[in-house]
Amino acid sequence: MARRSNNLLAGLLWTAPWWLGFLLLLALPLAFSLYISFCDYPMLQPPLWVGGANYAELVHDGVFHKTISNTAVFAAVSVPLTTVVAIGLALLLNLSVKGQAFFRACIFVPTIVPMVAAGAIWMWMLNPDFGPIANLMRAMGVDRPPLWLDSPDWAMGALVLVSLWFVGSPVVIYLAGLQEIPEELYEAARMDGASAPRRFWHVTLPSLSPVVLFNVIISVIGAWQVFALPYMMWRTRPGPDRATYFYSMYLFDNAFNYLKMGYASALAWIQLLIILVLTGLVFLVSRRMVHYRAA
Amino acid sequence: MKNQAPKLRGPSAIVSYAALSVVSLLFLVPLIWMACISFKPAREVGLPHILPKEPTLSPYAAVIGAGASASGVRVDAKGETERRETGAFNYALYARNTLIIVVLSLIGMILSSAIAAYGFARIDFPGRRAMFAVCLATMMIPFPVIMVPTYMIFRELGWIGTLMPLWAPAWFGSAFNIFLLRQFFMGIPRDLEESAMLDGCGRWSCFWRVILPLSTPALAVVALFHVLAVWNDLLGPLIYLSHQDQFTLSLGLQFLQSRSGDTPWNQLMAAATLMILPVVALFLIAQRSFIRGIATTGLKG
Repeated sequence: MARRSNNLLAGLLWTAPWWLGFLLLLALPLAFSLYISFCDYPMLQPPLWVGGANYAELVHDGVFHKTISNTAVFAAVSVPLTTVVAIGLALLLNLSVKGQAFFRACIFVPTIVPMVAAGAIWMWMLNPDFGPIANLMRAMGVDRPPLWLDSPDWAMGALVLVSLWFVGSPVVIYLAGLQEIPEELYEAARMDGASAPRRFWHVTLPSLSPVVLFNVIISVIGAWQVFALPYMMWRTRPGPDRATYFYSMYLFDNAFNYLKMGYASALAWIQLLIILVLTGLVFLVSRRMVHYRAA
Repeated sequence: MKNQAPKLRGPSAIVSYAALSVVSLLFLVPLIWMACISFKPAREVGLPHILPKEPTLSPYAAVIGAGASASGVRVDAKGETERRETGAFNYALYARNTLIIVVLSLIGMILSSAIAAYGFARIDFPGRRAMFAVCLATMMIPFPVIMVPTYMIFRELGWIGTLMPLWAPAWFGSAFNIFLLRQFFMGIPRDLEESAMLDGCGRWSCFWRVILPLSTPALAVVALFHVLAVWNDLLGPLIYLSHQDQFTLSLGLQFLQSRSGDTPWNQLMAAATLMILPVVALFLIAQRSFIRGIATTGLKG
């Protein structure tokens, strides 16, 4: 025990980078953020306590409702879609064929493209006048291809499409998960006469479920913070009918364009709550569906 | 035992090759298109053919910015809306700024994360478990929640409009990297250090001479992801930088795109190509570390 408390000083010294950063750059800002979320704080004057006024304002703020529903729709569409596409691609890339490494690299390369560059590329691909996708659709006989980024009906779909381009990182995680599944399980299933779909359903998917859970949580958190891509693609025009105005963009605008720091902080805390609640829900729902193999 | 499906033969091999080729092409097409447009002269940009008929380097000349000095207009905290058109993209300058942030933050990130991770992995001190639990919990907190107060802190320090806020925080490490390195350090047999300590090696020199050299794979993963994150970051530069002389590549490209009027597509694509090339090169060099990094963070995270 004496030895252990002797270690206290050493332990605190070694971990100092972390706890100093935690206190200065996380705990302090968090406390301050919570405080100013109850204040009127236009940055240039000191914060003025207004109680729950910021949170009360949220209830009547139409733009807040719009951004929250946009973000929810984006998360609700992109998370399941990404999951299904990623598992499908992982199965395809797990087939043992020549050139497997090359195919894997092709799927993965887009994920290292910076968001801003991806935004620029896809603004071109989806350009309604002379972008390749519009050209292709015209060639296939579609007279008036969608306006994509400029159309309230298609803008969200366009963003989901672009976010699918980044499916490579979950694919790599699923691939690693697939490699961990013991071959004996498949052999046993084959002996029992299970067809390929049944093997996928009863062996692959349950074995992969902890990885699915991890990926779903990461992508839910990511989807609720989506910022750089829509900011790049729709900054100059706020998006058709605000169809692509997302939560983080509204938060950013409140803080740094309207200088409503208090209101922005209230928005930030609501965002944190939403993320925590959703993560908790995913865990709850997954309890029956995730199978952990005894190590 | 690795699970390798049996080699495919016959029709199923053909079908899977076809599927793999189509999918791979779909993922690469946007990049190929970007590269092709970047070599097109302005009059060819709107034409449907993909390959430039008269390839030109002029879009690159316009954005590379070598020798040209960026003439910026000061912008206040209101930021984006007030920015005025101040000349095109300046790759040389923005790449330099981005590299400064990458290098300065990378050194701090690696050192601090490794030191703290060693503390959590090897020193048995009272409160260690609780502190590590807090460290893990902080990973859940999204940046926007602390964005405003963090901005205030840096404003008090007089750092707004400098590159400091973009690299200095890295010197406190990051919870995620500390976690990653701690897991790795835990896997290194203690005997190695103990025998070094018997030889009179202190903790500090053990860390430098035994632990760090054995951890290069994990350190490489941390470094790679850090470089990518800095290269990618738009929100940070958007908040803290106000002068075009300090723009990073991300902010510069966003700015180039946001300038009103019709965007010179070939220049935008040339700038995007130049921005992507270094990270793609990094990926090709360090492909194994990348894949392993994602796989392990994903599985053990």
